[in-house]
Amino acid sequence: MRAVLITLILLLAAGALVAVALEMPPLGAPGAPALASPLTAYYQARAFYETACPNQVAAIVADYRAYDTLGETTVLFTAVAAILTLKHSRKEERDRG
Amino acid sequence: MDDLVLKTVARLLIPFIQLYGLYVILHGHLSPGGGFAGGVIVAAGFVLYALAFGRSALAAVFPERLSTWLESGGILWYVGLGLVGVFAGGAFLANARAGFPLGPAGRLFSGGLVFLLNLGIGIKVAATIATLFRHLEEE
Repeated sequence: MRAVLITLILLLAAGALVAVALEMPPLGAPGAPALASPLTAYYQARAFYETACPNQVAAIVADYRAYDTLGETTVLFTAVAAILTLKHSRKEERDRG
Repeated sequence: MDDLVLKTVARLLIPFIQLYGLYVILHGHLSPGGGFAGGVIVAAGFVLYALAFGRSALAAVFPERLSTWLESGGILWYVGLGLVGVFAGGAFLANARAGFPLGPAGRLFSGGLVFLLNLGIGIKVAATIATLFRHLEEE
């Protein structure tokens, strides 16, 4: 019963994601929101001169959006901290009983 | 596991895997890649080493203490570089405005903050994946 429910919920979620993905404009379509944003024009015109990076993705990830990347790095740190915590707590339980 | 073929192939491949990982990290600001991708490639070398030669062999070349230090050091390096911007009178994680030399575009040592952050992320990601593998494999 529970497995059926979980499968149904997962299928619903997958359906919603696929429906959204099908609505996405094709890569590089002229009317796409990403291209219409003034930020895109700004990055394309200025990123190279402001960061001296030929790789625009790196310029955005590690310069304009460096705060975002700090968050990503923190996620990794938290993952390791969580796994070590779980492992050590289990070890303590085993040692006790 | 004691497999001659695996050991021989691993011994041949690991230097190239790690060299390529370092290349991807150091050229993060020039070509596709960067700290995350390069760090994972470097860590893949460690994982292959542990699979072929055993966990104790990995602990001998890449001790757990070292990966803990790199792990915390990577994130402190990142925050420290961000604070340079604050003390230089700019914003947190400012690049050229914080006085990081941009250098000539297209050269290895250029891009200021971008290059330094990629280096920190690469070291941190490699240590993270190695740590995760070490502990999850034990279970």
